[in-house]
Amino acid sequence: MKPPEPAQRRVSLATREALWAFAFLAIPLAFFLFIRIWPAFQALWLSLFDWHADPSKRPFVGLEHYEQMLQDRLLLKALQNTLAYTLLGVPLQLLLGLGIALLLNAVTRFRDVFRAIYFAPYVTPAAAIAWVFSWMLSPNFGIVNEILSVFGIPPQPFLTKPSQALATVTMIVVWQNLGFQVVLFLAGLQNIPRDYYEAARIDGASNWQLFRHITFPLLNPVMVFSAVIGTIGFLQLFTQVVNLNFTDQGGPLGSTLTLALYIYQVAFARFELGYAAAITVLLFVIILSITLVQLRLLSRRVEY
Amino acid sequence: MKRLSTFLIYALLILGSLVMFFPFVWMFLTSLKPFAEIFELKVWPQAPTLDNYREVLFKTQFPRWFLNSLIVAGITTLSVLFFDSLVGYALAKLRFPGKGLIFVLILSTLMVPTEMLVIPWYVMSTEYGWSNTYWGLLFPGVISAFGVFLMRQFFETLPTDLLDAGRIDGLSEFGVFWRIAFPLVRPALAALGIFTFLGNWNAFLWPLIVVQTADMRTIPVGVALFSSEAGTAWNLIMAASSLAVLPVLLVFLFFQRQIIEGVVLTGVKG
Repeated sequence: MKPPEPAQRRVSLATREALWAFAFLAIPLAFFLFIRIWPAFQALWLSLFDWHADPSKRPFVGLEHYEQMLQDRLLLKALQNTLAYTLLGVPLQLLLGLGIALLLNAVTRFRDVFRAIYFAPYVTPAAAIAWVFSWMLSPNFGIVNEILSVFGIPPQPFLTKPSQALATVTMIVVWQNLGFQVVLFLAGLQNIPRDYYEAARIDGASNWQLFRHITFPLLNPVMVFSAVIGTIGFLQLFTQVVNLNFTDQGGPLGSTLTLALYIYQVAFARFELGYAAAITVLLFVIILSITLVQLRLLSRRVEY
Repeated sequence: MKRLSTFLIYALLILGSLVMFFPFVWMFLTSLKPFAEIFELKVWPQAPTLDNYREVLFKTQFPRWFLNSLIVAGITTLSVLFFDSLVGYALAKLRFPGKGLIFVLILSTLMVPTEMLVIPWYVMSTEYGWSNTYWGLLFPGVISAFGVFLMRQFFETLPTDLLDAGRIDGLSEFGVFWRIAFPLVRPALAALGIFTFLGNWNAFLWPLIVVQTADMRTIPVGVALFSSEAGTAWNLIMAASSLAVLPVLLVFLFFQRQIIEGVVLTGVKG
């Protein structure tokens, strides 16, 4: 091929670059359009129909499913539970994560060993871990009640009683997520310049003042990030709930039912795919609102 | 005073570590006990046995589930690493019309929860005959929007002069990407690769929906359904759980530094 004239070449270089870019993007864009974006709209569309396996019998029902949601007591239960999980789990996870990170930041020896131990549960499969906990928390033969009895505490029903089940599931989820929070907080703490503390100390600041006026504000972005990741995680809670009580998923008496599990049951046990799609739209709206709040909070960044 | 507080800190940290690590220990110890022993609550197995493992490995399709998980997580990871870098590179280093729009479009998919997509994916899989196949298991994850975002961040830090040098040497744009840019973002690739692999290895919701027969299950689904049928044979359930958990823990022990640094890299920077 003959090299083109310089003037032409400039134009063709820009065009060539764009052509390369589109060649790079072709498959991924097709993926995002057909596997990620189109199905989201399809869920919206499906929510307007009653689902039947036979495609010719899928009547349009308009907003009926959304009206149905207002009357659905199980959905209300799932929403209340999901809210309870989030309000209980996220602060607990943040506080414990911050606490452990502060402890780790105060020591020098074995820090990496501790960090690895706290992080290990985060990488393990939640489904299998849930089975381990349901064995440990078994009311009659569980090791946890055995340990409690050493301290004179009577055996607890844990997952088998509605009044304790949700809190127990929350603890297990927090146990598994904690390491992630610890690692993020520890990195955040180590990013804070030492001079800040030294300068404040020379000015006579107490330990609490150091924490209150240096550590806490400078850790704010990490905390917002962890809180949002944690919230989204708890709003989508599914695997642990299913496996902790496999024969009565969401039980006892619906006390651990979550929104994601309810969606799964409506879609794949009752096969009401249209109604399930409508509930996913609700979940989407909830998560979107929280993401928007996050963006607002994150835009108030603290300057280093 | 100082010594006392250091002692207290270590005491608290050790107590916490026990809480974090004990479930793994109890899982493993129970998995070594014969059925008659599990309700006795003695800590150590009196007559330790590998029978539980034998039963899980040879009387279920566990080896097949392991292979399935390996195939699904492995292919997904390779695909994510390649395509996400390709897109990240294009978005960071190439000029083309519609770039901003495409980036926003990809990022916007992060806001859609998986629950919303699984129903259309299920409909799609039944229509196209993808259910109960490897492709059905892995198609939702072959490219990750978060990974695109991450890779773009890293490619942006590469000096353009370096890439221009390659162009002057006559490399095609793909050559510049593959031979020069790609090897330079190795830390980001390692982090993204590890998390994609673990995420897919541990995934539960979609495999539960798309798999119909026992031979196509992944480890988490296989272990869950096996355990639900095992009744009170907690020794067997704990052997199955151990087989699911211990390989991941071993990998974690070997790569813990890289994995934890990967969290920091993706979490704090990304």
